[in-house]
Amino acid sequence: MQWASWAAFFNMGGYAFYVWFSFGLTALCLIWEVLALRKRSAQALRLSRLLAQG
Amino acid sequence: MNINWFKYSSPQTFYPLAGRMIPWFAWLATAFAIAGLYIGFAIAPTDFQQGEAYRIIFVHVPAAWMSMVIYIVMAGWAALGLALNARLSAMMAQALAPTGAIFTFIALVTGSLWGKPMWGTWWVWDARLTSELILLFLYLGFIALQSSIDDVRRADRAGALLALVGVVNVPIIYFSVKWWNTLHQGSTISMGAAPKMVATMLIGMLLMALAFWMYTIAVALMRVRCIMLERERSSEWVKQLSGVNS
Repeated sequence: MQWASWAAFFNMGGYAFYVWFSFGLTALCLIWEVLALRKRSAQALRLSRLLAQG
Repeated sequence: MNINWFKYSSPQTFYPLAGRMIPWFAWLATAFAIAGLYIGFAIAPTDFQQGEAYRIIFVHVPAAWMSMVIYIVMAGWAALGLALNARLSAMMAQALAPTGAIFTFIALVTGSLWGKPMWGTWWVWDARLTSELILLFLYLGFIALQSSIDDVRRADRAGALLALVGVVNVPIIYFSVKWWNTLHQGSTISMGAAPKMVATMLIGMLLMALAFWMYTIAVALMRVRCIMLERERSSEWVKQLSGVNS
């Protein structure tokens, strides 16, 4: 284990902003993409259902 | 083994198959990401030059790899669609573009966040950074061009041509650090040479790359299913779909 304490871990040797911004942004982008696709898929299914019922 | 590949190249057989594959790739992506983050943050040592800031490598490099790999795969599908006039190939190309754009964006922003503490600047107009920015514009151009043409077949063909012309940019990105003097550091891993990094750092980076790979496959399958439904809404197989005909 690399870290003496949780505080040291969060501090990232003084580079906390750069490191956590990078990982946070990556996580946000990927989660957003999945949620947007779920919404799109539900909408596509709903429209197809409407069309199938005539 | 005798598999009839043409059977799987039609949307009505691929749609349910893709649906069954998505959870597997999603779980693999999660497992690789957990392992990669654990090794990247808990096991990999502090870098002797860059301190803890180097840990950005665990998202930056895999994202940059994916941005290039996805573009090549996308152009390959587009070429196949162009050559064979196969609708599923064109849909695969279209499904990959937004994910490629997102990874390019992540690579650019995390690179900027790494550049600021290490180089003292958020951005320089050097070969590596500029060619990666052009890659983002190629993705956005592909998406915009395709969505601006109403006729689907013509949109596919126009998009495929743009994707193919843009492929020339990928080797430029890859070799830019060799061909030109640049602020960007050289490749840490290159084909035919021993990696210039500690083994645990390398393993963490490769695990994160695998996680991004699996994520990309899962998300592209999700998107290609949406595209199939949207494009073939009025066809019989969509009307017979279990989620539709109920």
